[in-house]
Amino acid sequence: MDKFQTFTGIAAPMPAQNIDTDKVIPARFLKTIERKGLGKHLFNDMRYNSDGSENEDFILNKAAYRGAEVLVVGNNFGCGSSREHAPWALNDYGVKCLIGTDFADIFFNNSFKNGMLLIKLPKEVIDELMGDAKLGANARLTVNLEDQTITRPNGEVVKFDVDPFKKHCLLNGLDDIGLTMANKSEIDGFEGKDDGSRPWMPKIQLTD
Amino acid sequence: MAKPRTLFDKIWENHVVRTEDDGTALIYIDLHLTHEVTSPQAFAGLRAAGRKLRRPDRTIAVADHNVPTTDRSKGIEDPESKLQVETLESNVKEFGVPYIPVDDIRQGIVHIIGPEQGLTQPGMTVVCGDSHTSTHGAFGALAFGIGTSEVEHVFATQSLVQKPAKNMRITVKGTPPEGTTAKDLILAIIGKIGTAGGTGHVIEYAGDAIKNLSMEGRMTVCNMSIEAGARAGLIAPDETTFEYLKGKPYSPKAGQWEQAVSYWSSLPSDDGATYDKEVELDATKIEPYVTWGTSPQDALPISAMVPKPEEFDDEGRQAGVARSLEYMGLTGGMPITDIKVDTVFIGSCTNGRLEDFRAAAAIAKGHKVAAGVRALAVPGSGLVKEAAEAEGLDKILTEAGFEWREPGCSMCLAMNADKLRPGERSASTSNRNFEGRQGPGGRTHLVSPAMAAAAAIKGHLADVREFLK
Ligand code: SF4
Repeated sequence: MDKFQTFTGIAAPMPAQNIDTDKVIPARFLKTIERKGLGKHLFNDMRYNSDGSENEDFILNKAAYRGAEVLVVGNNFGCGSSREHAPWALNDYGVKCLIGTDFADIFFNNSFKNGMLLIKLPKEVIDELMGDAKLGANARLTVNLEDQTITRPNGEVVKFDVDPFKKHCLLNGLDDIGLTMANKSEIDGFEGKDDGSRPWMPKIQLTD
Repeated sequence: MAKPRTLFDKIWENHVVRTEDDGTALIYIDLHLTHEVTSPQAFAGLRAAGRKLRRPDRTIAVADHNVPTTDRSKGIEDPESKLQVETLESNVKEFGVPYIPVDDIRQGIVHIIGPEQGLTQPGMTVVCGDSHTSTHGAFGALAFGIGTSEVEHVFATQSLVQKPAKNMRITVKGTPPEGTTAKDLILAIIGKIGTAGGTGHVIEYAGDAIKNLSMEGRMTVCNMSIEAGARAGLIAPDETTFEYLKGKPYSPKAGQWEQAVSYWSSLPSDDGATYDKEVELDATKIEPYVTWGTSPQDALPISAMVPKPEEFDDEGRQAGVARSLEYMGLTGGMPITDIKVDTVFIGSCTNGRLEDFRAAAAIAKGHKVAAGVRALAVPGSGLVKEAAEAEGLDKILTEAGFEWREPGCSMCLAMNADKLRPGERSASTSNRNFEGRQGPGGRTHLVSPAMAAAAAIKGHLADVREFLK
């Protein structure tokens, strides 16, 4: 995973509430066996007309917002399925950061595991950032994870909270599995104890 | 005296391997279910890092999302679906994962086969790369959906890094009226608390209306917990649970059964345990429910009218409702029973079990599916199919004009050939009415199996109670 670095990027406003994972990436694009390449289908059914042409009204199709790296989103973004294809599609498109009042739990976790930063802020602040994002090509926000700040186009600085462990992993590009493997002996210990206390637990072995 | 604990607290504490200073814990996973859609990248990750699967004996794989529900001898036509299933088959070989092949009688939707095989047991932690893993909470197991990075994490370490959830209790009191099922209860609950109502929480369902449900009904309720934004749903294990588990292939065997039951009996929440959030519902007031919009929270009794945007306070919500109505091709103020359907789907991990087909057959018996309606009945597993056929349910349904299919996810999310065409409208027993969920441009109304059968016969959304008179 790449390390998360401070960047200044265009922010696109997506104020609709409850944008679900089927909107982020419709189910018919889940047939891939790769992580890459889903960016072209990001928000597919909102982004393209049924004949495959671009829907001019969709925010990311407007000249000012092509290549947006930040999305300022409505409440409960990412609700629905656990599919990691949603963060993969966002990531592949080039989105690095989503800012909103609240996100669906699984989507939130999945996004961090793919190197994206999701920031939760109170409604008043989101309203202001949404206003910034509506400024079109001037809608540039600077996101600094180290300092936990967002710098608005007018120079004002907004602080945000982030889970320290998630921050550490993002900044250092760390893979969770490697970290957990370092605690292997504790997992061994748990299993040893558990075999004694719950001896009835299934041992799956399928025979034809 | 020790602090009273909830069912969630107990399962959580029993699985903590280690805790960090900030409360983040490494928790042990007892059972990992896996399928073809969310696993390929996880297996690829293991391979790239040269890692092994830690507990093949606690992992089980099955293909369900992409499998055809018609004649399987021809194999899978769609090349991408085919590749996903073949990739799963080669991965399970390479990593030694127990796998139920597509032509095995036990094949079916991953959330149906876990309970059916006795793999899902009270007090367990169960995960799957699929949000409806919440289904297994019906057994008093902490069961939740995970993303593919976490699937890989569980493959390699049989554990997950998690923050404890908050406790929420939803108590449903009283006896629901005739014609009202577990599906109506959960739609009413989501209609009340909204799709973000459970965010950050594990919902424990309680009250006599829940307690009196069969295991299958409990699974329907827990299945849709994720639609209320919850991490998981839970129902305390009791005699109904134990009775269901007795004699299943992977249930504890004689000699260990008593020991297991005594452990399971210690799990229900202690008296005086506290919850971060409490909601109460009166089951006697619940009617058969149906959704009108594009979010599961857009649920109303069948006797209601389609709402108008101006009936909502919030401006954002008004815009959302207007957009939903446009997508759904509906006008605010029209009676819900005036909504015509051209497709009916009975199946999915929400309502694809034996009782669901019994309920549908009870309504369909002696009637005919309305002209112009395509009605699909898709059992959740090969064993459900076999049991339904043994009772003659397939005959009743096919005589009425339903198609009786092979098991799989089918039209729940339209990854296989079973899809709505643009503009088509379904009454569906699945769990999501999102835009395009059942096929691009398709319109979905979520209902119970009995309500779905009623809609099939009438050709429009209909009140199942008319059939009970
Ligand atoms: S039946 Fe539907 S909800 Fe259930 S696992 Fe399959 S696709 Fe997911």
